[in-house]
Amino acid sequence: MMSTNLIDIRKLVKYYPIKGGVFRHHVADVKAVDGIDLKIRKGECLGLVGESGCGKTTLGKTILRLHDSTAGRIYFDQPAEKIEEVERLLESEQPEQRRRAVLDLKSMDITSVGGRRLLELRQKVQIVFQDPSNSLSPRMLIKHIVSEPLVAQKLVKPREVDDRVLQLLGIVGMAKEHMMRYPHEFSGGQRQRIAIARALATNPQFILMDEPTSALDVSVQAQILNLLKQLQNELQLTYLFVTHHLLVVKYMANRIAVMYLGKIVEVGETKEIFENPLHPYTKALLSAIPIPDPDTGRERIILTGDVPNPVNPPKACRFHPRCSYAKDICRQREPVLESADGGHVVACHRWREI
Amino acid sequence: MEKLLETQELYTDFNTFEGVVKALNGVSVHVNQGETYGLVGESGCGKSVTVRSMMRIVQSPGKIVGGKILLFFREEDRSRGIDILTRSETYMTSMRGDDISMIFQEASTSLNPVLSIGYQVGESFNFHRRGQILKETVAELEREISNTKFFLAKAWKTLQRSLFKRELRVLNQYESQIDTTDDELYRLENERETASLRRKALLRRRRDHLRETDVLIQFVKRVPFLALYARRLDRTVRAQVVELLRSLGVSNPERIAAGYPHELSGGMQQRIVIAIALACNPILLIADEPTSNLDVTIQAQIVDLIKSLKQTTISSVLFITHDLGLVAEVCDRASVMYAGDVAETASVRDLFHNPLHPYTQGLLRSVPKIQQADTLNTIPGVVPNLIHPPSGCRFHPRCPHAMDICAKEKPPTIEFAPGHTVACYLYTENK
Repeated sequence: MMSTNLIDIRKLVKYYPIKGGVFRHHVADVKAVDGIDLKIRKGECLGLVGESGCGKTTLGKTILRLHDSTAGRIYFDQPAEKIEEVERLLESEQPEQRRRAVLDLKSMDITSVGGRRLLELRQKVQIVFQDPSNSLSPRMLIKHIVSEPLVAQKLVKPREVDDRVLQLLGIVGMAKEHMMRYPHEFSGGQRQRIAIARALATNPQFILMDEPTSALDVSVQAQILNLLKQLQNELQLTYLFVTHHLLVVKYMANRIAVMYLGKIVEVGETKEIFENPLHPYTKALLSAIPIPDPDTGRERIILTGDVPNPVNPPKACRFHPRCSYAKDICRQREPVLESADGGHVVACHRWREI
Repeated sequence: MEKLLETQELYTDFNTFEGVVKALNGVSVHVNQGETYGLVGESGCGKSVTVRSMMRIVQSPGKIVGGKILLFFREEDRSRGIDILTRSETYMTSMRGDDISMIFQEASTSLNPVLSIGYQVGESFNFHRRGQILKETVAELEREISNTKFFLAKAWKTLQRSLFKRELRVLNQYESQIDTTDDELYRLENERETASLRRKALLRRRRDHLRETDVLIQFVKRVPFLALYARRLDRTVRAQVVELLRSLGVSNPERIAAGYPHELSGGMQQRIVIAIALACNPILLIADEPTSNLDVTIQAQIVDLIKSLKQTTISSVLFITHDLGLVAEVCDRASVMYAGDVAETASVRDLFHNPLHPYTQGLLRSVPKIQQADTLNTIPGVVPNLIHPPSGCRFHPRCPHAMDICAKEKPPTIEFAPGHTVACYLYTENK
């Protein structure tokens, strides 16, 4: 399937500085996202999985410009040929060409846009946060929560706002009588529906789902997942689905990207990743899922130790201290993402052997 | 299999400003000797309240208003069991952390940030195994005294030894008193005559007021410098703590024991909480969502640890979780709870392959599977508010098979197959 990319992330880096000492000078960095290349295709749901602290949320929020990136480029809805050309120019030896590329970037790269263009971008990208009880203001009526993006972006005339809100609430399965209530009057599942309605208000092309169901109960989670899937089909949305719940991602995503400590270690079609994982971390992660069936009888890979501190990540391959296949090369050279069987992209020196 | 702990028709209420929250609506469950038993359900269904009631640590404004909690721990209690709801608070204190211990949901909040890990793990040794520690310290001191050359050191150690011996004697006396009162209370439990009722009240009062008091030791503990003698115990406790941590696979236990909780990762903190719970080799370990805040790979480590401990040290585990996958993996038998009721109890295999209660069926269908092709089935509606719970069967407003009778009366729990009980009117006719 060759479809166009909606978002193209190149060498994205996001460091959080740690300040210390008497003069609060710069001591070290938390390397939350450390050189990521990722493409999100139009109309797909890309699942981003990884353990807590591996930088999944940071990556998502950097795409939304809720955080400013330290380095790297994010192209949003740009033709592929143009991206390739700019990237080529950036790599070139001649300063003249590099300068030209930087000029081009100003209009293409969303990590540096500001002002009105940022406002326009915010119309196209939206987010649904993890915990709906924290992401909805307790002092605003549902009507005002859902209409806030419309008003801020001046998308509809003031007297049409109510109609639009009603329409949005209808899309997520809520009714007119809910408009004049406060968030605390709703259950977790309904609050998440409201948050989804708010995200849909500006007719976005891309929605970042930051663990949208992890605060919900199992029976309600299924309702929300089905709603999200249905919305994606009806409105042709592109999702980046950030979660640590692998079975949810299996249900939702077309493709999966696995992150470990600020790096992408494997990307592939969902079916491929689950049936034929290549990276040892992906293998361990998949074998650790508790499966709701007492007779699965599968072999578990139990990783030793914890996720290392991202301030001081291990040298070379970041997974090598916990990896049972680690060899000398893993401690000396950093693996790069390379294409492998079944359309996978994997960052491991030894994927062929294991 | 023999029962270890049983609740019969347990009712627990929370008196709030909005009204009475009827959190438990007649919960009858039991844990057998040597099994891992699971309690599953969504949040607010009463799993945690059930086990907190079992330990009698329901937080205010919660109150156990009815039912029985029976323990069958000692050989001689097997026939009848001890109803802990009739026992005094001091009895419960001696029970918690010793025979029954508990792992709480969030390790980071259940550890005290200002106390060292060695102290927190050693606390239950100090409390429940004081006699044993005193004995060991005395034995150690005996050895050291014969090896010491210096006069002063020898005198100090001899003093320590004699004080510890005295403490041990007092403690033994106190414990034997407690045992005799407990035995008599147990004998009198079902007596209804005036004389025995009066005797029971007297015994209860006496038990609550029993103290291990010794004038000399109390005096020494107030004398500066001399009071330092008790420090010797800490060394014995610390050695045991280090040994325990090592057996749980904690690397570098000496350093960890000297450190504080914030220095550790989430998985490590959970190991420490498990160590605290295991300190006194409990008969029953209650694990209240021990892995809900951990990552999958760390969760796998902790689950693996609990499973291997189950084979070696602890006899029974009560495992609470909302994750059906974990139940399938860890438990032998499980109950599904819904809004304060036990919907269904069965062996894990029966529960997953042959679910009877409509709620269990719905729950199993709404979890994404590894082979999930079509859309997920959902249970319509939401978990009810327990201040005004639905009448009759609490699940009937969401149930696809609801009948007229479901709204009127609470369904009885019937045994559909041996060991497989369900509370639903769908199965009452043919029984």
